[in-house]
Amino acid sequence: MKTMIKSFIAIFTLSVIMVSCGDANSNKSTKQSGALSGNAAEKVYVAPGEHDEFYAFVSGGFSGQLAVYGLPSGRLFKVIPVFSVDAEKAYGFNEETKPMLMTSHGFIPWDDSHHPDISQTAGELDGRWVFINGNNTPRIAKIDLTTFETTEIIEVPNSAGNHSSSFVTENTEYVVAGTRFSVPFPQRDMPIDEYKGNFKGALTFISVNQEDGGMDIKFQLRMPGFDYDLSHPGRGASHGWFFFTTYNTEEANSLLEVNASQNDKDFIAAVNWKKIEEYVNNGGGKKIPSKYAHNVYDEHTHTATSTMKKEVLVVDPEDVPGAIYFMPTPKSPHGCDVDPSGEYIVGSGKLAAELTVHSFSKMLKAIEEKKFDGDAYGIPVLQYEATLAGAVKQPGLGPLHTEFDGKGNAYTTFFISSEVVKWKLGTWEVIDRKPTYYSVGHLMIPGGNSRKPFGKYVLAMNKITKDRYLPTGPEVTQSAQLYDITGEKMELLLDFPTIGEPHYAAGIPADIVAKNSKKFYRLEDNKHPHAVKTEAEAKVVRKGNEVHIYLTMIRSHFAPDNIEGVQVGDKVYFHVTNLEQDYDVPHGVSMIGAQTSELLIMPGQTETFIWYPKQVGVWPFYCTDFCSALHQEMQGYIRVSPKGSNVPIKFTLDGDAVDAE
Amino acid sequence: MKTIFFTFFVLVVLVFVSCKNDKQKVKSETKTEVTKTSSEHRGQASVAAVEGEQPNALQVAKSIEDFSTLVTAIEAAGVQDAVVNTGPLTVLAPLNSAFAKLPEGTVETLVKPENKSKLAFILVNHVAPANYPIKQLKKEVKKGRKLYMASGKYLVVEDKDGEIYIEGSKILKSVKVSNGWIHVIDDVLVPAE
Repeated sequence: MKTMIKSFIAIFTLSVIMVSCGDANSNKSTKQSGALSGNAAEKVYVAPGEHDEFYAFVSGGFSGQLAVYGLPSGRLFKVIPVFSVDAEKAYGFNEETKPMLMTSHGFIPWDDSHHPDISQTAGELDGRWVFINGNNTPRIAKIDLTTFETTEIIEVPNSAGNHSSSFVTENTEYVVAGTRFSVPFPQRDMPIDEYKGNFKGALTFISVNQEDGGMDIKFQLRMPGFDYDLSHPGRGASHGWFFFTTYNTEEANSLLEVNASQNDKDFIAAVNWKKIEEYVNNGGGKKIPSKYAHNVYDEHTHTATSTMKKEVLVVDPEDVPGAIYFMPTPKSPHGCDVDPSGEYIVGSGKLAAELTVHSFSKMLKAIEEKKFDGDAYGIPVLQYEATLAGAVKQPGLGPLHTEFDGKGNAYTTFFISSEVVKWKLGTWEVIDRKPTYYSVGHLMIPGGNSRKPFGKYVLAMNKITKDRYLPTGPEVTQSAQLYDITGEKMELLLDFPTIGEPHYAAGIPADIVAKNSKKFYRLEDNKHPHAVKTEAEAKVVRKGNEVHIYLTMIRSHFAPDNIEGVQVGDKVYFHVTNLEQDYDVPHGVSMIGAQTSELLIMPGQTETFIWYPKQVGVWPFYCTDFCSALHQEMQGYIRVSPKGSNVPIKFTLDGDAVDAE
Repeated sequence: MKTIFFTFFVLVVLVFVSCKNDKQKVKSETKTEVTKTSSEHRGQASVAAVEGEQPNALQVAKSIEDFSTLVTAIEAAGVQDAVVNTGPLTVLAPLNSAFAKLPEGTVETLVKPENKSKLAFILVNHVAPANYPIKQLKKEVKKGRKLYMASGKYLVVEDKDGEIYIEGSKILKSVKVSNGWIHVIDDVLVPAE
């Protein structure tokens, strides 16, 4: 026995020597890390005043927002408030944007933002809008890439845990939202353990108006009660189809970590949305009562409105035979990614030992030849072998998400083994693997899920950073890692912190977007009902116990800046217009004791906040954004008199009426 | 025996070190540089333990001499980052004596560089991407379920008079680790293929 162990150790020793020597020789970067890291620094260095090559829109996860970074530098430009209130920008605090966060459950100041996707035309990124899903109280938001502001949010009824979202079809005909949790559809009071067969999953197709991006629910598919995880559109030959990964096809309602991992295979649902669209256009589907908010921000009134919708069009799979099929896919697939040609659909079974790739053309053939393996709730299940294009064997542990470089390669993240793996479409061979720091979730190649990827970088987003940065107490930053993918092997260039949690990202060449970026709002186009466009129009008006202050701001004063006649117990509205018409001259305003945030007002824009004066005295307000050399002088006073006082309303600038010559 | 093993292991490390460095240099002089170089490529397995923190599966395995062969194999197969992952994981950890029970020649073949992925496959056949304390394993038996392993294989779990057996191998001891559970067994569970 001992001899055996000894010989094992001896051989083992030798082999390790061989392995280590081989590694050291083949991987020059190990030996020359100094020289190479210098090279990496050069590759991500964007000199002062120079611009990045790509925008990266990185989801904020449980912050509810969307962050805008430059690549390759990793510099943060803006955090766009989407589903969560943001005191910095007064989003959800000012009267104009409060309606954006209305839902059928009332005002919801937070959500969990997950999967940004950029609008496409003919399968290529067009840079008009970014869509992103709110997971918790199901919503889809649209961000306008001329203003980088959230301009529309639509609630998704009959959905819960809006996770399989918000991916667009090839011409942005639809943005699609799939439910993670199946629920009673429509909602009703029923025992939880009667889940199986009774709960349903909504896949929602939201049409997008090509003129203004306006969203409207075209139809909801009422699918079997599985969990729908991620989705992507067909493109090229598969345009007109949409693919959704499912897990918990066991339909468990408790201890899913065990009970939803029982089946060997779950499904990728292939949905022929063109066929269903045609059915709906011909009067198909049932309108069912429902309640969901549709919130739209108008750039001209600088104000959002919220409308409560009352019904939604529902289609059951049996209504449109031949429109939906299931492709068996091993072990709770997460990512559902379609290659640039539209032929391959990659399912990342997060507990599977291999990556599964389905073929669209084989799928069509299998449908034609009726190669079915039974059905699930009437939906035909295709034979596994009949749609299988191939599998990447033993690629890593815990595959999650795949994107493509447009050069025939795919890149997949592996959560458990913390790595990005590059493999070849068609041969399914692994070409390279690089560690991530640590526990990577999703990854992004600009355009990496479109017909035309820009395969220069891949950005991997990590859930855990542990020792990678200076510690900041128990909560440490999340991170993104940038790899150069222009060579055969990936090269780690940069590792930068992100706002939490970077779930997913979408990237686009900067030149597509930057040229359309708005510089300021034109005053003459300002249709806000309380806008005042000159200092002479500024005024203070009492209506019962409401006082409306119409205030203007320009470098470096407010008009008026001395206001009297306000009383304890009044409700005071500040309607504030920034009269500037230059790029990058916002002003801010805040009032002592106001139970809200500051306002941050762009040139040409009007915003409103409400102040309830509670104490007698003379109280200042001031500009909060360092606007000019005399920013510190930009201030005003409001005299607050006791309730019932006979001090009249009076407002002045420099001791005169605001319209004094 | 243990001493011999340890000696050889040290030798491995030294040779590894020397290969990575400029051949002109004397080993002792290059020690610091080695640390720096390897830090460029370290994975999650190299994150230092935090005082008072519950150790993860790999840290526990490394602290117990009876797992030295397993640990060496994990490192040779390059799967160490997977067993320190946040999990949850359940690791069926074969003792050194389990490796010694394998037919003669098996281990020698497996550790050859060209068999690195085969070795990794055998090792991940001992890791379930799930939380299986004994209580849960008993429940799995009662419900007639098998254990799904990261290799893609299913293992049979049985309850014989309160003792849990996996693929006929008795769980000798269980250790709670920060990223799941270690169940100690005295067999290497080599998949059929």
